Formats: sequence, structure tokens, C-alpha cells
Amino acid sequence: MSEPLTVAEQVQALNKYEAGFVTDIESDKAPKGLNEDIIRFISAKKNEPEWLLEWRLKSFEHWKKMPEPQWAKISHPPIDYQDAYYYSAPKAKLNSLDEADPKLLETFEKLGVPMRERARLAGVAVDVVFDSVSVATTFKEDLNKLGIIFCSISEAIRDHPDLIKKYMGSVVPFHDNKHACLNSAVFTDGSFVFIPEGVRCPMELSTYFRINEINTGQFERTLIIAEKGAYVSYLEGCTAPMRDENQLHAAVVELIAHEDAVIKYSTVQNWYPGDENGKGGIYNFVTKRGLCAGARSKISWTQVETGSAITWKYPSCVLKGDDSQGEFYSVAITNNFQQADTGTKMIHMGARTRSRIIAKTISAGKSDSTYRGLVKILAGADGARNYTQCDSLLVGDECGAHTVPYIESKNPRAKLEHEATTSKISDDQLFYCQQRGLSEEEAVALIVNGFCREVMQNLPMEFAVEAQKLIAISLEGSVG
Amino acid sequence: MLKIKNLTAEIDGKQILNGLDLEVKAGEVHAIMGPNGAGKSTLSYVLSGRDGYDVTGGTAELDGINLLDLNPNERAAAGLFLAFQYPVEIPGVGMTNFLKTALNSIRKARGQNELEALDFLKILKSRQKELGIADDMLKRAVNVGFSGGEKKRNEVLQMAMLEPKFCILDETDSGLDIDALKIVADGVNKLRAPDRGFLVITHYQRLLDYIVPDVVHVLAKGKIVKTGGAELAKELEAKGYAELVA
Repeated sequence: MSEPLTVAEQVQALNKYEAGFVTDIESDKAPKGLNEDIIRFISAKKNEPEWLLEWRLKSFEHWKKMPEPQWAKISHPPIDYQDAYYYSAPKAKLNSLDEADPKLLETFEKLGVPMRERARLAGVAVDVVFDSVSVATTFKEDLNKLGIIFCSISEAIRDHPDLIKKYMGSVVPFHDNKHACLNSAVFTDGSFVFIPEGVRCPMELSTYFRINEINTGQFERTLIIAEKGAYVSYLEGCTAPMRDENQLHAAVVELIAHEDAVIKYSTVQNWYPGDENGKGGIYNFVTKRGLCAGARSKISWTQVETGSAITWKYPSCVLKGDDSQGEFYSVAITNNFQQADTGTKMIHMGARTRSRIIAKTISAGKSDSTYRGLVKILAGADGARNYTQCDSLLVGDECGAHTVPYIESKNPRAKLEHEATTSKISDDQLFYCQQRGLSEEEAVALIVNGFCREVMQNLPMEFAVEAQKLIAISLEGSVG
Repeated sequence: MLKIKNLTAEIDGKQILNGLDLEVKAGEVHAIMGPNGAGKSTLSYVLSGRDGYDVTGGTAELDGINLLDLNPNERAAAGLFLAFQYPVEIPGVGMTNFLKTALNSIRKARGQNELEALDFLKILKSRQKELGIADDMLKRAVNVGFSGGEKKRNEVLQMAMLEPKFCILDETDSGLDIDALKIVADGVNKLRAPDRGFLVITHYQRLLDYIVPDVVHVLAKGKIVKTGGAELAKELEAKGYAELVA
């Protein structure tokens, strides 16, 4: 009878390391639990420089002392951080689409996901998907010519350490909040984008095209830098339903826009929301923040959130440069037992900074959805302006929708406007549509899409078409 | 075409239709007149299947299909169209998108192929031209910010697009001035066809000067109490309903 191994021993056994963490690590999974050894293991796995390991450990030390944020209107049992895996290599790949979950394939069909994407999303080995490889290769060549860097964050740490050192944690400090702190300690991968001065990125950058392992969703870290006068539009996520055995997701996204730069960041989030009885589903605790560092820079967030059991997410803008602009366009749909507490923060620091918030919240089933937004005008933000519009739509009478705006202004010359509405889909509207031939579900989808139009039209075209269908699918079973 | 036999219906337990009989043949226009509370609007909602209107007896068939067994959208696919007294606003949903979604839902239900955008727009353009409807109206959200006249013309446009077998016009004249009334009536007259029936529900005779009916019925207390030709409407206008209702 042998004593059970401690975590440290398990890691040691897995790694067969002796002096420090070196290469040649065969194992693809760290044992359950979170401690310093696990973090060393992750860092070694990724062959990271010493300073990054230090940063991770510093984050972890801080994380241990940090309380969980309590202000959101969400409830869940306490999270047992020791009962989770923090590193696992990508899942075994399927050999063909025939092996994929038929339910997943059915949804692809409904969404109209292109064939070549279906295989990749379902987890078929990339080298089986010829199309996708060739698309990505030509794509990368085009970007290289312009000096644009678009790669995984692990590659960036290896190949562009100076940029990483300079910017990572500069917008979302590791100690920002408990979830961001956890991410800083254990992040495994994510995307890195750098657009050089004066370059307009000629295509939408999408993780669709990033030939990288798809199973990086749990603790993803994204960093986007747009130099002076640069432009980039970045698409995150996809409309296809994403399943993951890992319940806890804590991503961090940092954007930096220098003088006259524009960053447009669009998200469609459709993580597994749990079943119709509220069992299972992803906890999605995300920290997203953009810094408008330079004058006249602009950051625009657009999000369509339909998935996850719990969404906790506030994509924000720090408007530091004079005349800089921040935008937040959001659609959040909850059905069954989903909970969403989402919104934004607009921090006005520079003179004549402007922000615009359009948030559409749709609740169905027994779900609960909250818009929570902060508009903060600092003393130096002379002539700052904000416009906020929050609209909630209720489907059925067992759901809830809440709007919680916070306004702090330290500058008497700032101008702020706030509008909010709450409405229900009326029987009149439903019957009118049905009389014209639409089924009840088609009618709800049409009305809800109309309600979200101002936000949807900010999405890139192809994304918008899929997102519209996604709204319909998310609300299936919400009426009748 | 439309055959209603001994139809009874109630709302919240209160009986509104009391054994109504009505038959409209293809190509005919029938008018239903009657005092307030006679059950005119109830009849249009019962036929189109609105929630909350409970049928307690009788039958209603359109070309042999029992309407009362179908969902509202199935009735629409079977060829029933209701022009609403108060057309409903749907914010954010563009007119063109709405018409295309509706037409394709109906085509799908009828086993026809769904129309591509280009083919759809061709049909829309030609209907729009026939009815003299400006482009501007189609760029707006469904009924949002429409004047009373525009709303009713929009109903006629939808009718033209969906090509129903049978149309019910529920107090289409309400809220219209005389010029708007003429335009709407003109549109309806263009849609009169040998294979299409109409039921024109109205409180006033005025509309029937422009949409001339083949048959006029008087509805009172939930049943048809008198039937006659177009001249009956004029008679009612002069004498009122009091005599018939008593």
C-alpha cells in the first residue's frame, strides 16, 4: 500500500523533471487542483521565460487573498477551485465529421455554418480539413506583407517578448479582480494581434482562421495592439454551440488603441448554457477592457451573448486620449435557467471624450438578465459626452430583466443621457405575424431580431446573418 | 368557398357568436354590418384563430378545409387573410424583410419553393407599382410611424403579396379620411378576382360606396339577422339598426 501522491509529486512524476522545468514534457494533463506546482507545470509546458512565470506566481499569490466579486445579480454554489483541471492538452481529434455528435451537426445545419468550418468546429483533425488549411495559409501571407502580427499568445511570448512585456497586464492588471487574477496565473492560450502604424487590416481577423487548437477557451488571453492610425476588426467566438467539460471559464481581453487608431471587437458567445432544467453549463467570467491611449482613437465592442449558464462580463473602455471614443453594443439573450449580468464601463479621462452604449436584453423562460453599466467622468474630461440606451424585452412571464446604471461625474461640463425601456412581446404582435403565415417561434425570432437591430447591424455581414439565426435557435421552446 | 355553419364562440365565458351561418362563394364580396357589440370583430378573430376566442360549436370551412382545427399560421397558409382594424407596429423589422419572411413561410407551408431575394423583389416591385405605394414606405419598420392611411394601404399591399383565397377586412374604414378611404378601396377592388372571396366588416355604409358588395348581411347579437343586396346598406344608413336589433 502506497500513500497517495501529493500534487507536487504527481506533477513531478508526470514531468520527470529534476532541475527546474525544462522541455520534453510528455504528459498532456496536469492533475486536478490549483497550486504553485501546477502553475510551474503550465509555464514549463509552454516553455515560457522566467519573468512570465514570476508574473503568474505573483498573480496566484494575490488571487489566494482576493474575495470573489459579489455585486453581480447571479447566484451559484461556491466554486471549488481545487476540483478543476488547469491544464489539459487538446482533446483527441476525430477522424471525420461522421464521428461528431449528430445534435451538433444538426445545429450547424440550422445555422448554415460553411462545410469546411463544421469539421474544424466539431473537432476533426485540422489536417483532414484541406480547405481550412489553405485558406489560413494564404491569409497569413497577406498579413505578413503588411507587417501585421496575428498569432497565438504563446507564439507571441516566444517571438515578440518585448511587446508582451510592455502591454500584457497594462490594461487589465493581474490584480484587477479575482477572475482576471486567476486568468493571469493559469492562462493557457489565446490570440495576439499587432497592427503597425498606419496599417488598415484588410480583412476581419477571426479565430476561425487561426489554425490553432480550439480547446483554449477555458483561460483564454487576448491582446490586441493598434499603433498610430491603424485599424483592425476582430471577431471572437462563433455561432456554433461550444461544449466544454470545463465549467469555469475566465478569459481576459486587452485592447490598446494609440493615436487615431480604431479597434472594432465583435463577439458571438454561444457556450453551452446547461439543459432546460438548468443542469450543467459554463460559468463565463470575462474581463474585457480597451484603452484608448491616444488622441482621437476609438474602441468599439459589439457582443451577442446567447450561451453560458452564467455570464459575468463588462467590456469596457478607458478613454484616456483627448477626443477618443468608446462604444458598446450588446445583445444578451437568456432562456431556461440562464443568468447574465453584463454591461460596460466607460471611463472618461480625456477632454471631449465620447461614449455610446446600446444594450438590448432579452429574457425568456425562467432566466434572469441584468444590464449593469458604469459611466464615469473624471475631472479632466471637459466636454465629455455619453449616450446610454438600455432596452429589455421579456418573453413570457417567469423571467426577469434588470437595468442597473451607475453614473459618476466629476466634471460639471460633461453631458450624459440615459434612456431605458422594458417591454414584452405583445400578443398583438405575435398574432399579427402568425396571421401573415409565421409560426409562433418564427414570429418571436423576427420580433426579437427587430428589437436587436441597432446592435446587429454593427456586426460584420456574415457574422450578422449567423447571429440572427442563432437568436432564433436560442429562443426555441420559449413560447407555446 | 367560405362556409360557416351554426358557429358559436365565447370570450372569457361570455357568449358572443350565437349560431352564425354564412356562405360566401368564390368571386363574391359580402359585407357584414351591425351595431357595436354585435360580434363583428369577434367573427374575424374566430375565423383567423386568435387566442382567447373559444369556439364552442359549429364549423367554418374554407374550400372544404376545417379552419377551426388549424393554427393561425396554418389558416394563413390555407389562404385566409385578415386586414386588421389596428395594424400592429413591429419596431426594427423592416417592411421588405417582413413581407419576404411572411411570403416564404406561406410558400413553404404550401409546398412551394422559397423565393430568392431577387425574385421576391421583382414581385414586390410590381405589386407596389399596381397599388401606387412609395419606396419610402418599404424602407421603414412594419407600421412604425405610419399614418392611419399608410397602415391600411400596407394591409392591402400584404394582401396583394400573399395572394390569399379569402380576405376579411375588419373595419378597414376606421380612422380614414375620404381620400385615404378611396385609395384603400381602390387597392381592394384591384384584388377582386373570380377565384377570391371577400368579407368586408364595417360599421358604416360609406366604405360600401367604394367597395360595392354582392351581398350585405346584418349581424346582431352574434347572428345574421338580415341579408340583402347592396341596397340594404343604404337602407340601414337611413333607418339605423334599431329596428333589426329589437
